[in-house]
Amino acid sequence: MIAELGHFALILAACVALVQMIVPLIGAQRRWAGWMAVAEPAATAQFILVAVSFAALTWAFVTSDFSLRLVTLNSHSAKPMLYKITGVWGNHEGSLLLWVLILALFGASAAWFGGNLKPTLRARVLAVQASVGVAFYAFILFTSNPFLRLESPPLDGQDLNPLLQDPGLAFHPPFLYLGYVGLSMAFSFAVAALIEGRVDAAWGRWVRPWTLAAWLFLTIGIALGSWWAYYELGWGGFWFWDPVENASFMPWLLAAALLHCAIVVEKREALKNWTILLAILAFGFSLIGTFIVRSGVLTSVHAFANDPERGVYILAITGLFVGGALTLYAARASAMEAKGVFGVLSRESALVANNILLAVSCFVVFVGTIWPLVAELAFDRKLSVGPPFFDAAFTPFMVALMILLPVGAMMPWKRARLGRAMQPLWGVLALALAAGGLTWAIQTGQSLLAPLGMTLALWVIGGAVVDLWSRAGKGTPDERLRRLRALPGGDWGKAIAHAGLGITALGVAGLTQWQVEDIRVAQPGERYTVEAFGPWEYDVRLNAVNEVEGPNYVSTMASIDVFRGDRQIARLEPEKRVYPVAGMPTTEAAIDNGILRDVYIVIGDPQANGGWAVRTYIKPLANWIWAGCIVMAIGGMVSLSDRRYRVAAGARKAAPAPGGVPAE
Amino acid sequence: MMRGVCFALALAVGVASPAGALSPDELLDDPALEERARELSSQLRCMVCRNESIDESNADLARDMRLMVRDRLVAGDSDAEVIDFVVERYGEYALLRPTTEGANIILWVAGPAMLIVALGIGGGYVWSRRRAPARTEEGLSAEEQARLDALLKE
Repeated sequence: MIAELGHFALILAACVALVQMIVPLIGAQRRWAGWMAVAEPAATAQFILVAVSFAALTWAFVTSDFSLRLVTLNSHSAKPMLYKITGVWGNHEGSLLLWVLILALFGASAAWFGGNLKPTLRARVLAVQASVGVAFYAFILFTSNPFLRLESPPLDGQDLNPLLQDPGLAFHPPFLYLGYVGLSMAFSFAVAALIEGRVDAAWGRWVRPWTLAAWLFLTIGIALGSWWAYYELGWGGFWFWDPVENASFMPWLLAAALLHCAIVVEKREALKNWTILLAILAFGFSLIGTFIVRSGVLTSVHAFANDPERGVYILAITGLFVGGALTLYAARASAMEAKGVFGVLSRESALVANNILLAVSCFVVFVGTIWPLVAELAFDRKLSVGPPFFDAAFTPFMVALMILLPVGAMMPWKRARLGRAMQPLWGVLALALAAGGLTWAIQTGQSLLAPLGMTLALWVIGGAVVDLWSRAGKGTPDERLRRLRALPGGDWGKAIAHAGLGITALGVAGLTQWQVEDIRVAQPGERYTVEAFGPWEYDVRLNAVNEVEGPNYVSTMASIDVFRGDRQIARLEPEKRVYPVAGMPTTEAAIDNGILRDVYIVIGDPQANGGWAVRTYIKPLANWIWAGCIVMAIGGMVSLSDRRYRVAAGARKAAPAPGGVPAE
Repeated sequence: MMRGVCFALALAVGVASPAGALSPDELLDDPALEERARELSSQLRCMVCRNESIDESNADLARDMRLMVRDRLVAGDSDAEVIDFVVERYGEYALLRPTTEGANIILWVAGPAMLIVALGIGGGYVWSRRRAPARTEEGLSAEEQARLDALLKE
């Protein structure tokens, strides 16, 4: 009964979305206030209906209602409650329902908080948002209905893929979707502005918070996925350049570019065309990402659905929205000329450089991701594009970005002088170079990548600190500290997010360059030494290996002590699990987390001589990678808290100098 | 995620043996040779996995390929010879770093070419924004002017 209710609510939501797509659009064109006013209650109603539908599906999972096909295929009565709930989106149908739920949530928030938007713009934004919704409702209802019943329900379900029964991965999809779908707001604003034929500072100020929110959720989502891969896949890799990862990384890169160039629109009324285009492309890549993940065209385990019909449908949605928006763009974009005037060296031009590097690096990832497909279709060659390609082709862009970042961040709007911008940074540069040199001296005989990474990371982190400090003006340190506290959230957010990027770079450099690995057969009771980079040296003792029964799995669990000298620093219990229902084994690495290093131990197979294969990794600075992502996300949140977005976006500051800002 | 596919495939063809990735018995005694073997392994794709190198993979086939690479190295092959040997047997699908031959040149050149184009367009744009273009300003629409007046009156 409840499932049917959910099904019915979903159909109603689709109908409401259809109305929300058509009526306000006509109303905005004809200036009929009554028709435009439909958008807001429709958006709210649509959200409530999808929420009811989602709650119904969640209820079916929680109560293990195996008369639903989806629950039978993806759940089991013995599964822990947490994974019964997260199992709702651990499959194709449910994850699409989550997708439309978030889409409706964003639409409804635009209706709730958009009271100060121009009425025609708001009506159009909500209509465009609803049109995306209509396409996805149709997709769910016609090809991926989560509420299908089984004629004869089985006694128990087939369980969720055990790899997904993990806290890191359980919450990875909702965050990713908040990011993907959040970009739909930027898309709707861009298309609405194209229909409206007008982009101004107020528009930039409206788009930026949505983009910022989408970007920060994507950051958290990607970090969760990477962290999961690190501890779950059994050898501590954190990024694989897998098509599915790239699918989330491409919108992230474009969202980062978009939230930078939206600042130029907001403050300087320039780069409007490009910002619109980027907003369309960013959401376009979200759709392409959905296509890659959902269609299984570049298969991996995420592609639960290997059903070509679904793939074709998503491709059609992608083509329709991106193609339609780009056509509109081609027709209308020329109407939006820039007003702001700026020098060749200026904050504006630095942000143009930022956008070039981010957009081209996204392009590189895109080409690398689809190349195997292109090569097979066009040249009849079956080939692979793996991490060695991406490392070589992508990294230089990030290096260039990080070299430019601190200087660009110091440049003033309109006109900058290089000497002036560099002046407070010389100290940081010297420090960063010294640290790189020191690293190089310590790690004799290894590649230059680690010292380079160290230098760049410290340059970016130090640059962020100097940026903030110099914004506090001149005067005694006391005065500056006081003014520092009073700086707007935007300034703080910028510095924090930039520092986060540096922290992540530090972690990547440390982990990739200095990792130590020890693979051997250990007898129970045996103690041996693992030498790591620099002063680190650890003793590892295999105590015993036991069979342990879990709630829905059987585990082979080792007990291993780690010593530093004579002092025991950790007892680690790596496991190998077998999930009998799904018939799948997983490895559970045991990790002693530290600020400077992780000790990462994996238990392997029993050996003929009674020993066990034990893999020990010392992973320097590993946690800095995800710490940096968290810092970036915090930067985004701090920036969002800037009261300018709440006050000024509302008041639309229509006033400042009607007629653009003259140059100097 | 990729590891899961290996397992799934292994199970599907009925050779379920959760052999770990590189196991202790495979290691070569000569550390220099072993290091080369690791480097090569990370460049070669496990044929039955999605996007996983043989160095990382649990699959039986990956183990066979690792042993093969080590055999060739012990036999005195250079790195390039080992790669050629693998490509001869498994095709260029096994290379995680695609070659630059034929159409693949597009893949390798796409990024730098795009960067040059983007720098050209971006540079041109920045250059053109040095001076104010001679054009009429849009100003506020009548509707906005009314709203502004209303706001100022408050």
